[in-house]
Order: sequence, then structure tokens, then C-alpha cells
Amino acid sequence: MPSEVRGPIEVRRRDKPAAPVADRRSLDDPRAELLALESQGELVVQKIDREAVTVLTKYGREKRIQKAHLWHHKSCGQCGHIPGYSTAIFWVMRKLGYDYHDPADQTSCTAWNYYASATSNSAAQAAVAVRNFAAAYESGYFPLIHCGTSYGHYKEVREELIRHSELRAQVRDIMAKLGKPLVLPEEIVHYSEWLHALRGEIAAQQVRDMSGIVATVHPACHYHKIVEGDAIYDPDIYGGQRTAVVTGLAQALGVEVRNYSTWFDCCGFGFRHILVQRDFTRSFATLRKIEVMKEEAHPDVVLTHDTGCVTTLDKSQFAAQAHQRNVGLAVLSDAQFAALALGAHPYRVCQLHWHSADYRPLLEKMGIDWEQAWAEFQSDLRRLESGEKRYLDWDDVGG
Amino acid sequence: MTETDAHYKAPEVAGYADVPHEAKLALFDQVKADLRFGDYLYGCYECGICVAACPSARFYDFSPRRIAQAAARQDVDLVYQQMQEDIWECSQCFSCLRCPRGNNPGGLVTIMREVAVRNGLASAKQALVGYSRIIYKIMSTGTQVSPDMLQRDAFPDWGPETADVPDHLDLWRRALPAETMHTTTTGWSVAERTLVELYFIWLQTGALDMIAEVDSGLHAILQELMEERLEEEGIEL
Repeated sequence: MPSEVRGPIEVRRRDKPAAPVADRRSLDDPRAELLALESQGELVVQKIDREAVTVLTKYGREKRIQKAHLWHHKSCGQCGHIPGYSTAIFWVMRKLGYDYHDPADQTSCTAWNYYASATSNSAAQAAVAVRNFAAAYESGYFPLIHCGTSYGHYKEVREELIRHSELRAQVRDIMAKLGKPLVLPEEIVHYSEWLHALRGEIAAQQVRDMSGIVATVHPACHYHKIVEGDAIYDPDIYGGQRTAVVTGLAQALGVEVRNYSTWFDCCGFGFRHILVQRDFTRSFATLRKIEVMKEEAHPDVVLTHDTGCVTTLDKSQFAAQAHQRNVGLAVLSDAQFAALALGAHPYRVCQLHWHSADYRPLLEKMGIDWEQAWAEFQSDLRRLESGEKRYLDWDDVGG
Repeated sequence: MTETDAHYKAPEVAGYADVPHEAKLALFDQVKADLRFGDYLYGCYECGICVAACPSARFYDFSPRRIAQAAARQDVDLVYQQMQEDIWECSQCFSCLRCPRGNNPGGLVTIMREVAVRNGLASAKQALVGYSRIIYKIMSTGTQVSPDMLQRDAFPDWGPETADVPDHLDLWRRALPAETMHTTTTGWSVAERTLVELYFIWLQTGALDMIAEVDSGLHAILQELMEERLEEEGIEL
């Protein structure tokens, strides 16, 4: 094991000599492995070619987050059912003045279906991932992954391609028939890592005071459990013992983040369960997450950073009211929350009318007149209905 | 346990058909043959950390520890039982990756599910009842969930806000500022050439053929759709 590799404790004690860490569950340095394979002609690595922010991973590796010129790998669950999640990511990037590409040459990672139904295989999953990465590579923009499951799954795929030459050969052959290289990016980056890396710039442009807001954070399983070594940790956040993303951003915006005992539990999404076995999903989301948060932390909002987590925690609360459960907690993605802090419109940008749990008390606490905001959005819709415009665009929503 | 007709539950309570030991062994051999199997299993301390972290263990008779143990002991009878009963209860959250040995019980479940699907096991057919539309959507359009799936009868437990969506769907989608997101039948606008490339991948990797055993009708529809589209593009398999 290389001496410079450090675990969470070693990260915290930067001045102490690094000690070997036994229980590694993922590769120490996938970036170095990719570059080695590239030097052998096995694959192509798309390099970071713009200004980047350096952060630390759980295993103590330095990971660079490119700030601009990014290729947005959208999430099917976000775009389909909580579209304000996606638009908030775009809006924040525009607000900070960084260019990006929103491609039509992109499929879903298809991992939601894979984890739910298993109607695929490792070769297909790797080929889908590499096809999308090749599309980004051809565009010249560096990929930024919106979905936590896509991020985790793509890191799984990267490890499989690094470990297994026969899989590389199979995927390389398929890509060659499509006229594309077997290409992977130098770093696989989740949008919440980008928000975390740029939290100082976001806070510098903050226009809404969030100091009275209390939040709980649900760290997404597929962000910090799958290929765990690559998730961002910070010695100053939870002492380096929990992922720093989301919490670091919220704290930078002045939010009080409170702890709760079931923080490690999943949300209850379950992949197939959320669609065809929702009794499990509802029960877990309310009994093990929302109720525990409310009883132990009394938050105004739960912030999270993945498609399935926002969906599950938000949608599962309605039915639980019929059983007089202690629910009723706003659920937002970190991207929507950051956008609101930067002055985004709650409906035009954050699209909160697609949410189910009551977010209005939270908006009031932020000083947002949601009734007026809704009237403004209704006015927008009338413009569309009258034929004045076919679509709203970024100028219409203050982006 | 002998190697002939051994099963962990009596046939009258098992809820699935027992099969000869050789058939179970053949299924387990397929699981072991997956290139990821060696990356997912290193042994088991029986510490139970994976169970403590597992959401499905709280709600079902499911144990990630038993998944790892059965595979490590090569207990083909128990593995068969798990493939007929347990594997579809896993939440695929990968909380079990907390394992101090570096095991990945959730990953083992993924492989076992693949083998169950490929061989048309009763559990796979039952688990995927009601799932055909999702598989059709992801394999044919390249995005899994679409705005038009938010229908009252599909999500009655998601509250009145969700029930509002279908009444305003087209208008609300046109109000989204991102150009790729004005769609209603897909999450975003996927380019035609992109879809062709996706179809090529499904066909080249055998992913499409996997569903032939669990849903032959869906398989036939998707195969015709994909092969026709590839032929139009002049792409040979």
C-alpha cells in the first residue's frame, strides 16, 4: 500500500505519519490505475483541462473538481419526477458564470433498472457507461454526474474495467463498432461534489439569510457506500468520519445542521420497492428516517443529494399521515437549497410544485412569499397557454 | 445434508418447485462464473455488521450475512432457496459494504438475480410482474422514469400534489427552462442516434436476450423494435 494513502483518521491528523488501513473496500487510487492502463494503450482517459478545486477523499487521495466547461449527465428520476432538482443544478452553474453543455446525446446510466430487475449484465452496464463517457469526450466537455446512483454505479464500472482485462476487451470491441474509444474521465464527479467544492463561491453570492434554518442531512447510500474510497471527506466536517458533501455546503450557507441517530440508514428507496413494493419504502422512510429526524433534531428541512432519496423521503410522508405518524418535513436537494440561497424562484427554478411534503413553512422561514411566487408562476403559465411563448427559457426564470 | 434432493424447506411450504441437486449446482456455477464474484466475497467473520446496517433485514426475513455465508460455503441448496425467495427483498443500497472483510453481499445478490432472470426462475418472474413497462421504457427510450408515469392510479399514496401533475403535464414541462426537458414521455430529449447506439449495446451484450425467459412477449416486442431500427441505420450486428 503506498505510504501517502491515508484513511479518515489519518486525514484528520495530517501532521501524523500515515498508517496502513486494513479494511479497504475499493481501489486506493483509481485515477492512477486509469493512467497506467492508458499508458499501456488499454483505454483513453479524459483529462481535467480547466481550473479545478482540490478536495480530499475518504482514503485521503486528492481529487480535483473541474469548475467549468462541464457535460451534464442528467438523471432520469430527477428530470422525470422532480425536475426542479435538475434545473437548480443548471441555474446555480449559470449564476456562478460557468459554462456547460446539456446533451441530448446521453442515455440514463440504466442502473436504477439494473439494481431493481437485474435485466442486464456487467458488459452491458459498462458499455452504456462508456458510451456516455465517449459522448462527453467527443464534446470536449468534462462529465458531471447528476444522479447518486449513476455516480456510484459508474465508479463500480470503473473498478470492474480496471480489474478485468476481459471486460475491457469486450467493451473496447463494442465501442470500436460504434466508432468510439474506450474512454473514462480522470475523475468521476457528482454534482454535490461540485457544489461542495464551490461552496465558498456560492456563499459569497448568497442573497437569502439561512441562519435561522435547521437542517438534517441524509447522505445518499450510492454516494458514500459504493466505492466508498472516492467520496469526499473533510477533517473539519464530522471530524472526517462522515462524508462532507451537503453538510459542508449547508454550513457554508449559515444553516444549523443537526445530527440524528439513523444517519447511516438508507432512505428506503429499494429500487424495485419504490415502484412495485412501496409498503416497504413508505415504512422505512417514515419510521427510520423522517420520524427519527423530527424527534431528535426538530429540523425545518432534510437536505439530501440523490434522486431516489429526495423522491422517497418526500413522497412517502403523505400516506403516513393517515396513521397519525410524526411526519411533515420539507425535503429538498442541496442544489435546490443552494439555488434558493442564491435568490432562485421557488417555482420557476426549483419547481417545488412537483414536491409532496409541505415546503411552505420552510419558504416562509427563508422570507419567501410563496403565495406571490406561485401567482408569478401562474402568470408564466398563462403566457404559455395564450401562445405568447411556446417554452420558458433561462431569461424568463432569471438565469 | 446429502447431495440428492436436499432442500431447506419441505416442498409443501417452500412455495417453489424443488429441482435436482445438479440443477442447483449448475445455477451456482453460473453465479461463481461471473467475473465479479471473486471481488465480492472474501469470507465471513459472522459479525453481523451487514445485518445491522441492512434495511431489508428490518422488514423481511432477509439476511446479507446468510447470503455471504451460503456462497462462501458453496451451500448450493441454500443458495437455490435464496435465489427463489430472498434476493428480491434486497434494497440494493449497499449498506452491507460496511463488512470488515470487504464482502459485498448486495453485489452477490445482483449476480444471483441476474442468474435467476437468465434462467427464468419462478422468483424472477414473480418479482418482475408489473415491471414490464419499466423495462420497456429504459431499454427502448434510454430513460427509465418519465413525467407521464405520474398518474393517480399508479401513485395514489404520493398525495394530491402528485395527482395534480397529469392535469398540467404538458404546460408544466413547457415551463421548464432547460431545452432538453420539455418532454413528457421521457425524462429528457434523447437523440435518435444515441438510441440506436443503446440498442446496439443491448443486442451485442446479450442483455436483451436475458429477459426472454422471464417475459417472452416483451422480449419479442423489444427485439423487433431494435432490430428494425438498426437495419434502418444500416448497422449490422
